[in-house]
Amino acid sequence: MAVLRPAGDFDRSYAQDMLLLRQPWQRWAMALIVVGVALIPLFGNAYLITTVNRIMYSIVAVQGLNVLTGMTGQISLGQAAFMLVGGYIVALTAQHWGLPIFVTLPLAALGTGVVGLIFGLPSLRVKGFYLAMATLAAQFIIPWLSRHIYPEYLGGSSGRIAVPSPVIFGVTFNQVAQVFYISLAVLVITTILLVNIRRTKLGRSFIAVRDNDLAAEVLGVNPFSVKLRAFFVAAMLAGLAGGLKAISQRSVGTELAYGLNESILLLGMLVIGGLGHNLGPFLGVATIVFLEDLANVTGSTMASLFPAHATNLLTSFRPLFFGLVLMLFLIFEPRGLAHRWEILKATWRMRPFSR
Amino acid sequence: MNWPLVPQQVMTGILNGGTIALIALGIVLIFKASEVYNFAHGHLVMLGAFLTWWFAGAEERGGEIFNLPLWAATLAAVATAILLGLAIERFILRPMTGQPVLAIILVTLGLAQFIEGGASILFGAQPKSNFPTPFSPSDVIRIPFPGAFNDTIILKQSLVASFLVAAVASALFILFFQYTKTGLAMRATAENHEVAQGVGIRVSRIFALSWAIAGTIATVGGVLLATVTGVSLNMATVVLVAFPAVLLGGLESFAGAIVGGLIVGLSQALVQASRNIEVRNSAEIVPYILLLIILIVRPEGLFGQKRIERI
Repeated sequence: MAVLRPAGDFDRSYAQDMLLLRQPWQRWAMALIVVGVALIPLFGNAYLITTVNRIMYSIVAVQGLNVLTGMTGQISLGQAAFMLVGGYIVALTAQHWGLPIFVTLPLAALGTGVVGLIFGLPSLRVKGFYLAMATLAAQFIIPWLSRHIYPEYLGGSSGRIAVPSPVIFGVTFNQVAQVFYISLAVLVITTILLVNIRRTKLGRSFIAVRDNDLAAEVLGVNPFSVKLRAFFVAAMLAGLAGGLKAISQRSVGTELAYGLNESILLLGMLVIGGLGHNLGPFLGVATIVFLEDLANVTGSTMASLFPAHATNLLTSFRPLFFGLVLMLFLIFEPRGLAHRWEILKATWRMRPFSR
Repeated sequence: MNWPLVPQQVMTGILNGGTIALIALGIVLIFKASEVYNFAHGHLVMLGAFLTWWFAGAEERGGEIFNLPLWAATLAAVATAILLGLAIERFILRPMTGQPVLAIILVTLGLAQFIEGGASILFGAQPKSNFPTPFSPSDVIRIPFPGAFNDTIILKQSLVASFLVAAVASALFILFFQYTKTGLAMRATAENHEVAQGVGIRVSRIFALSWAIAGTIATVGGVLLATVTGVSLNMATVVLVAFPAVLLGGLESFAGAIVGGLIVGLSQALVQASRNIEVRNSAEIVPYILLLIILIVRPEGLFGQKRIERI
């Protein structure tokens, strides 16, 4: 996309041309945002800390989907199952081998990446709806396996195992307010990596395959290996997110929202935020989490108004609101909130000529 | 394998497969007419069952508005489902015409979530066991079969009846598609939208009609499932096995959907005849394992046309 710049903003060196944050005020703003988020556990209440922590690890998972679906154009209905794999890897390596978190999280990323590669294999032969079905199969098979194989390690049919709290430099991270900083660090790292992956050969070949896989092949991009790499990256980020979720909840198991609905929720977050845009995961996850809170408030209000139906009303508004908002976005703004944000920026830069 | 159990499981599997095949037909119909992959079909099935349950006055709290016999309740539910199908086509999928596959899949997933929330508000999230089925679980047919367990095959009457209804409904549907003028118009639309429009078929009306028929089929399938298993929100996920059935048979083939449905039903029942407990427990994922195999070996399905763009 052509970047609109104010008059007088020139590049004088290649290094300057490659900068992500071009203006000093942008750097200050970014630093302020990160510091502001880092201060939340010191001043916020428990609810705010838990919610922001959940937003952060969900963003990591949605960033993975953004690489696969947004940049490469492959549909995945299995992201939540990959998060489950990551959670199990973090739990098992920490519990049985006593590895520190600096090792378990990267192991979770790599291990989940390999699982993602296996379920990405059908992408070599099929695409579109067929691929969605293959990943749907992953979404059913992985949780089933976790409930039925190696019950002594994976918790058996009750399917829940405890995750030991990580210890970093002698400090035990057993509060959400402490795990918060691990999530923040991971989110900062993945964001920097993903903003940059778009400017590498790999990122450009992702986009080439999405826009036209035949044309990409003619240009010398191997679509098969590119798709598999996209699956690998997406599953890696899902593994990281799953690891963070497991550490935050201090247990992992199929009953803790790793199902098909969670995968659909992640896809919906991506679409509402903006497919293929770096800001998409941030805007989408924040919107959906806000929407869920709204649904909870609506549910409890309705429950107090109609006490006879209270049990039906408390939880039902979440899928209702989510489905409605997802459909409205797809019909009226399929490019998501990030596109609106770009329009807003362009309007601001073009003033006073924009309307 | 526990061989004496096999004849029993084969019969149960085929009978279960009949309902899956009927539900799969609805998915194929929508795909053929409008190239929409309807992930909300399972939720339409669930909603159809709930609507029938509600029209039959099975509400627990005594607040029932209707108290119809099962056949009338089914008809009322079908009428509601037809209206709903028309509304879905007009307000959700028509604005999406020409959008990429990803957006179409996502909009049906969003619709599925919406229906799930709506159904849970209207009818409650608890499973209902009081579906007004004409059969009790003890009504069974015993067929002597030497070599089977106790030398008899035991078939639940509800299962046999639902298979027969599914078979009749599928046959009626295929006859309609093959031998009526509307069916011919629908086939023409499936082949090519522009040419169909060119020879004077109202393509938008065909889309609406196919959603109305899909709503009908889903409701009938839901009622059949509910007579066997009862009504619950979980039905929508259980019915997702119709998708492996569709892909097994080939996305564009009605005969394939029926064969695929029977294969899925059979495989789910046959694993129950195993001696290994883990294999017996795998009934819920066997269709998906079959799906992965068919996607890798023969992506167009058993009866589908080789139209998939490879890469």
